[in-house]
Amino acid sequence: MNEVQALASSGPKVKRFMFVNRKAPYGTIYALESLEVVLITATFDQDVSLVFIDDGVYELVKGQQTKAIGIKNFSPSYRALEGYDVEKLYVDQASLAERGLSEKDLLVPVEVLDAQQMGQLMAQQDVILSF
Amino acid sequence: MLHIVNKSPFQTRSFESCLRMAQPGSAVLLIEDGIYAATAGSSMEARVCQASASVRFYALQGDMEARGVTGKLLDGVTLIDYGGFVDLAIEYPTSHSWL
Repeated sequence: MNEVQALASSGPKVKRFMFVNRKAPYGTIYALESLEVVLITATFDQDVSLVFIDDGVYELVKGQQTKAIGIKNFSPSYRALEGYDVEKLYVDQASLAERGLSEKDLLVPVEVLDAQQMGQLMAQQDVILSF
Repeated sequence: MLHIVNKSPFQTRSFESCLRMAQPGSAVLLIEDGIYAATAGSSMEARVCQASASVRFYALQGDMEARGVTGKLLDGVTLIDYGGFVDLAIEYPTSHSWL
């Protein structure tokens, strides 16, 4: 069996993609760009997980109202991820705690992990994209 | 896995968060302004020495030379060139750049 046949018979390999979000939502474009790449990746039926560390946890805070700053409020999109079968959202416990936040301040259901668990999850990925 | 840090530890939390999550046996490569974490006498020194028991530290020599701090390299941090960077990327299939 040559390489082309081998690829055709096994089908495309599903890779584990992790998106690491570490920036607050409106000060830079990173958070929105991440969300767009996540949605693209999801359409290719890959194994997608999102993690929120450091200021990235601010992306998920409930009650964002952006009218006064003239930027689109993209936070409702996090609630739409489920519709794209993106259901693995992980938040770093220490990042939440040091910002005075808890799970109930967030607009989507997430799994809160400690640094050890987050590190293990990271090491299991095929591709990690950082925003 | 390979963690790559390119920001000064005094400017952002990238290095600190990286160290919190780096698993034993993983490698941390310091590049660009990230190399300041590998300099002796800084407030990061104790943290790096402590972590170096379980994590391998590397720093890009060119970035240290450019910033004039090669002479301050911490014990336990290995200097590498761009070829060494490529070798690390091959040795560790998963890598994460802490932007």
